[in-house]
Amino acid sequence: MGGRTTIALFLTILLGALGLLALWFEAVGGAVLAGFLILGVWTWVLWGRLAPYTQRRATNTAVLALSYGATGLGIFCLVLILGTLIWNGLGAVSIDFFTESTPASGSQGGGMLNAIYGSAVMTIVATLVGSPVGILAGTFLAEYGRGNLIAPVIRFINDILLSAPSIIIGLFVYEAMVLRMGHFSGWAGSVALAILVVPVVVRTTEDMLNLVPGSLREAAFALGTPKWRVIVTVTYRAAMQGMLTGVMLAVARISGETAPLLFTAVNNQFWTTNMNDWMPNLPVAIFQFALSPDANWQRLAWGGALLITVTILALNIVARVLTSGRSFGR
Amino acid sequence: MTALDMAESPQKPPTHAANLAPKIERGPVVKTALPPKVVIRDLKFYYKDFLAIKGVNLELHDKAVTAFIGPSGCGKSTLLRILNRIYELYPNQRATGEVIVDGQNILDPRVDLNLLRARIGMVFQKPTPFPMSIYDNVAFGIRLYERLSASGMDERVESALRRAALWDEVKDKLRQSGMSLSGGQQQRLCIARAVAVKPEVLLLDEPASALDPISTQRIEELIAELKSDYCIAIVTHNMQQAARSSDYTAFMYLGEVIEFAETEAIFTHPQKRQTEDYITGRFG
Repeated sequence: MGGRTTIALFLTILLGALGLLALWFEAVGGAVLAGFLILGVWTWVLWGRLAPYTQRRATNTAVLALSYGATGLGIFCLVLILGTLIWNGLGAVSIDFFTESTPASGSQGGGMLNAIYGSAVMTIVATLVGSPVGILAGTFLAEYGRGNLIAPVIRFINDILLSAPSIIIGLFVYEAMVLRMGHFSGWAGSVALAILVVPVVVRTTEDMLNLVPGSLREAAFALGTPKWRVIVTVTYRAAMQGMLTGVMLAVARISGETAPLLFTAVNNQFWTTNMNDWMPNLPVAIFQFALSPDANWQRLAWGGALLITVTILALNIVARVLTSGRSFGR
Repeated sequence: MTALDMAESPQKPPTHAANLAPKIERGPVVKTALPPKVVIRDLKFYYKDFLAIKGVNLELHDKAVTAFIGPSGCGKSTLLRILNRIYELYPNQRATGEVIVDGQNILDPRVDLNLLRARIGMVFQKPTPFPMSIYDNVAFGIRLYERLSASGMDERVESALRRAALWDEVKDKLRQSGMSLSGGQQQRLCIARAVAVKPEVLLLDEPASALDPISTQRIEELIAELKSDYCIAIVTHNMQQAARSSDYTAFMYLGEVIEFAETEAIFTHPQKRQTEDYITGRFG
C-alpha cells in the first residue's frame, strides 16, 4: 500500500463522515461536494499508478474535452441568440418594414424606414469624417513616429479611446455640442460616431502599414522617391486592402452603437432629412420599442435588431474576404 | 568621436587595402586613363555604438563590375548601403569618412538624398516589385524626375525592359501586376526599374541569391551587358558568381577590406592567407 493510498483512505473516511454529517443537517450541497472530493482523491491515487505515456494521453484527452466543451458552450449561446433573433425578427421584416416610418404607439403596421435612413446617413457622415482623420493619424504613427517622443503617447491615448465606453463619448459630445447648439441633432450624433471611428481606423491603419515589408519602402526610396510619395504611391497601395478592412470594421462597430446616440441624436418618430433635427436611428428605436409594452413596437424592434445584425455580419464577411486576399509585394 | 577617428587613421593595420593597392599588378585590361567613379576614404560605419565598418579605403571604377565577397556579417552589404545613403532611413545608423562620386562627397549632409539616390540605383536581395502594373513599376522612377509624353514614356519603359532582358516575356502583359511575375522575372523587373532612371552607379545587393540557377545566369548575363554603361558594385555570397561576373573583387572580413584587386588576381594569386582560405572554402 503506497503513501498516496493511505492518504486517500484517510481523506475518504474524513470526507465521508463530513458528508454524512451534512446529510444529517439536510445540506445536500455539502454532501455532494464531499462526494466529488472523494472522487477527486481517488482519481489522484489512480493517476499516480499510470505510466507517463498514459498520463500524457489522459491529459490530452481531458484538455481536449474541456476545449470542445468551451467551444460548444460559446457556439450554443451564439446559436441561441441568433436563433431567437431570426425567429422573432423575420416575422417583422416585410416590404412595409423598409418603406414605412415608425408607427404611433398602439397603431398597427408601420416600418423602420426613417430609422434605417437616419442610421445610414449618420453612419456615412461619421465614416467620411472619422476615416480620413484616423488614416492620417495612423500614417503618422507608422511612418513618422519612429524615434519620436509624441508617437508613443498618441498611441497610448488612442488605445484608451479604443476601449473607452461609448456612453462617455456620447456625454462628451452632449457637453461639447448639444448644450452649445441648444438642441439634439443628427450632426451631434454623427460627430459622436465619428469619434468612435477614429481610434479603430488609427489602430488598423498603423498595423497594416507596419505589415508592409521594409524592403518595399527601401526599394522606393532607392529610386530617389520623396517620403510622401513613397507613402502615397507604394505603401498605401500595398496596405490598401487592410486599411479598407479597418474602415469596414469601424463602420460595423458604429452601426450598432446606441449609447453615443442617446445624448446626441436621440430618436425621432417621424421621417426627417434635417440633420439639425432629432435624428431617427435604428439602435435607439430598438431600445425604446423593445422597452415598450406595445406588441407592434416590440415586433419592429426585433426586425430592427435582425437588420443591424445581418448588416454587421455582412460587413465583417466583406472585411474578412478583403484581408484573406492580401499580399504585400510578394 | 571624429577626433578619435582622425587619430586612428594614420596607423592602419598593414592589411589595409590602401597599402595593398600599389602592390597589385594591374594588367592591360584596366583602363587607368579613366579616373575612378567612386572613391571611398577612411569610411567608418556605426550601428548605434557598434563599429561595423572599420575604416575602408577603396576605389570603384567606371564601366566595370566590382564584387564584394566575404563571410556573413563582414559588412559588405552595409558598405553598399552607404553608397546611396539608404541607411539614413534608420535612426542610430551613421557613417563617417568620405565617399566621393565624381568629385563630390556624398556623405556631406547638404547632399539632396533623393537626387543622390536617383543617380545611384540599387537592387535588393529580395525582388521588390511595387504593387502596381509592370509598366508602372518601370515608369515609377522616370515619372519622379522627368515629364515625358505618352509615347516617350512607352519608349523609355520598353528600352529599360529590353536592357533587363525582360521585354519579350512581358510585352503582352504590361498592364498586369508586377507581382504576378516569377521570382527571376520580378528581379529583372527591379533591375529594369533601376536602369530606367539612367543612374550612374548601380548597386546590386545579392541580386541572385533568391533565384534559381537559370534566372541567376540571366542576371549575370545582364550584369555583363550593363557593365558597358555603368559603374556596378555587387555583393555576393557566390564565389563563382564573383569570379565570373566581376572585374575587381574586394574581400571583406570583420568590417575591413582585407584584399582588393582585379578579380583574376584575387582568385588565382591571393596575397593574403585569409583571402585564400575564404575563396578555397577553408573558412567563412
